[in-house]
Formats: sequence, C-alpha cells, structure tokens
Amino acid sequence: MTEAVTYAYAVARDDDGTLETELSGLPGVADAPVRLVRAGQDDDVVVAVSPVPAQDFREEALRAHLEDMDWLETVARAHHRVIEALAVRATVLPLRLATVYLDEERVRLMLKDSREAFSTQLSEMTGLVEWGVKIYVEDPPAAEGPAAPSAEAGLSPGRAYLSHRSAQRHAREDAYREAEQVSRDVEAAARRHAVARVQHRPQQGELARGPGENVVNDAYLVPQQAADGFCTDVLRTADGAPGVRVEATGPWAPYSFATSLDTEPVKRATP
Amino acid sequence: MRTANGLPATAAEPLPDRQVALIDLLDRLLSGGVVLTGDLVLSIADIDLVRVSLNALIVSISEQNPAPWAAVPPVRDDHEG
Repeated sequence: MTEAVTYAYAVARDDDGTLETELSGLPGVADAPVRLVRAGQDDDVVVAVSPVPAQDFREEALRAHLEDMDWLETVARAHHRVIEALAVRATVLPLRLATVYLDEERVRLMLKDSREAFSTQLSEMTGLVEWGVKIYVEDPPAAEGPAAPSAEAGLSPGRAYLSHRSAQRHAREDAYREAEQVSRDVEAAARRHAVARVQHRPQQGELARGPGENVVNDAYLVPQQAADGFCTDVLRTADGAPGVRVEATGPWAPYSFATSLDTEPVKRATP
Repeated sequence: MRTANGLPATAAEPLPDRQVALIDLLDRLLSGGVVLTGDLVLSIADIDLVRVSLNALIVSISEQNPAPWAAVPPVRDDHEG
C-alpha cells in the first residue's frame, strides 16, 4: 500500500466501549476502515480516524482536490457517514473537514493534550441535536413572463408593461416583508425549544436548491426530546405567508456548534 | 411544511439513510466542526479552505452576497431562554 496519513473525523464519547462495533464494515474517507484512537486504555473519549493515502491529503494535493467538486462531495459525504454512524450511539463533536495527522500516534498525543476540553464539550452536547432552518422567498408566479395584455386592457403596451412590472415588484416586496415577519416568528418559536443558534450565510449559487431565494439559513441546537415540538412550531410559522417557505433539516450532529475548544460553552436555557 | 427533500419533517427519522443536500452539508463541514491544527495543515482557517474549494460554485460563502435585509456573517449567537 502507498504511504498513509491519518484522517480524523470526530471526537466522541464511547460510554460503554461498544462504539467500535458500530463502525465495523463502514467505509470511511477513501473507503478506508474507521478506527478509534484513545489517549489511554479504556478511556471513553475517542477520536475516529481512517488511514488515507498521503498523496491525496498532503497540503498541495488537497488544495487541488478541493477545487474538484466531485472529489469534495465524495469526501464530505464519507465524513458525514462516519459522523452519523457515531451519532447513533454516542455524543459526537465533528471535526472540520480534512483534519489530517501524520499517523495515529500523533492523533493520540493531540487527544492526550486536549482530552479534558473535549470531555467538557462532549458533556455540554449530550442530548442535543442540531436542526437547520431555512427561509425562502418564493418566486412570484409568472414572474418572468411577458405582460399579460388582458389584465391591462385599455393601456398602451408601454404602460401595460410598466404596470405589470410594478405589480410584480410590489408582490416581491410584500414577500420580503412577509419573510421578515416569518423570520421573527421562527426565532420566537425556536427560542421556546432551542438552547443556541448559529447563523450561516444564505445559500446562493449553483448548489443552492430552490425554489425561491434563500434569505435565512440558521442552525439551532435543540434538546433531542424537544425536536418534534421545535419542528412543528418552526414550520407552522409559514402558514398564512403564501410567498414564504420554511424548511427544516435534521437532526444533525452539532456541526455548527462544535467549532473551537476555546469558545464559551453553550449556555443552557433556563426553563 | 416540508423538509429539504419534500417529505414531512419528523424528528424521529433515524440518522442514517438520509441523503442530505450537499450545500447543507458543506455549510456545516466548511464552517463548522472543531478546528484542530492537524499535521498537514491547510491553514485550515475556514476562509482559506472555502476560498480554495468553492470560489465559483458556492457564491453564498463569498462576501458579495448579503441577505436582502442584512448581511449575516456566520456568528455564534448563544442565547438564554
């Protein structure tokens, strides 16, 4: 086999020592097997890792690969697959995509150094899941169509066109206003259940899946048992706002909330 | 009331077997996740990684596309109650 380096996916709490079986047979990044690294024997804080080809994950190669959307998607989905498998059984702190070490021993040293910080964050995240909430302003019907002559009978073609455009603009402005109201309602509804929020940039560009324009792209950290109520209340906010659509995605491992070991711990909402 | 894949949202849905939208995944994998200094460093500050990978494809992560009513940088907003 070619030279290998070690790809690290996540830190997790292996409460009962059975996490390794959850991962057996699961293909990780580069279809490599997934293993658990521990700071000491029987330690419950583990790092999930895979051996990956060094030639693909050295800095320069990685830079080039990351420009390749298919490669990026393959790695992202493999990374996510491992996170999801861990999350079935354990509390998980996902690591940033493409965190790579020279070998497992280097991972073990890192884990030894940061074990207490990881352990604290794992405790913070226990029983919490991430839900994404996106708000879209939907495209007004027939937005790009030509002016409808029948509706503006009696007007000259130029005036009819302007009148039609003006109506479209007003419809759009109304939809944005509705979306602002919905976003306030979503926030209020979410705060009843969630303990934290992170705002991502609205999704645009070729990968953004409409229909409509994404105007809010937030992530909330929600206690597992509150997830049903969270979704119901959040999705309900779009009722009566015809130009606005609310989508919820999840449950996710707490990707958006596990970002650094130095940040303030997540504050729990007081009931 | 729909999820991203058009199905009703149910919080009880099991974690595996869901094909998530790539863009939702990249939002999380490129700006979320614990940042550790690995040995093979991609100067993993998110901006670098994102610029490297996606400049053309995910306009959303560039600075030039604020939301209609407010520029929303990815910020932490922990709140109590």
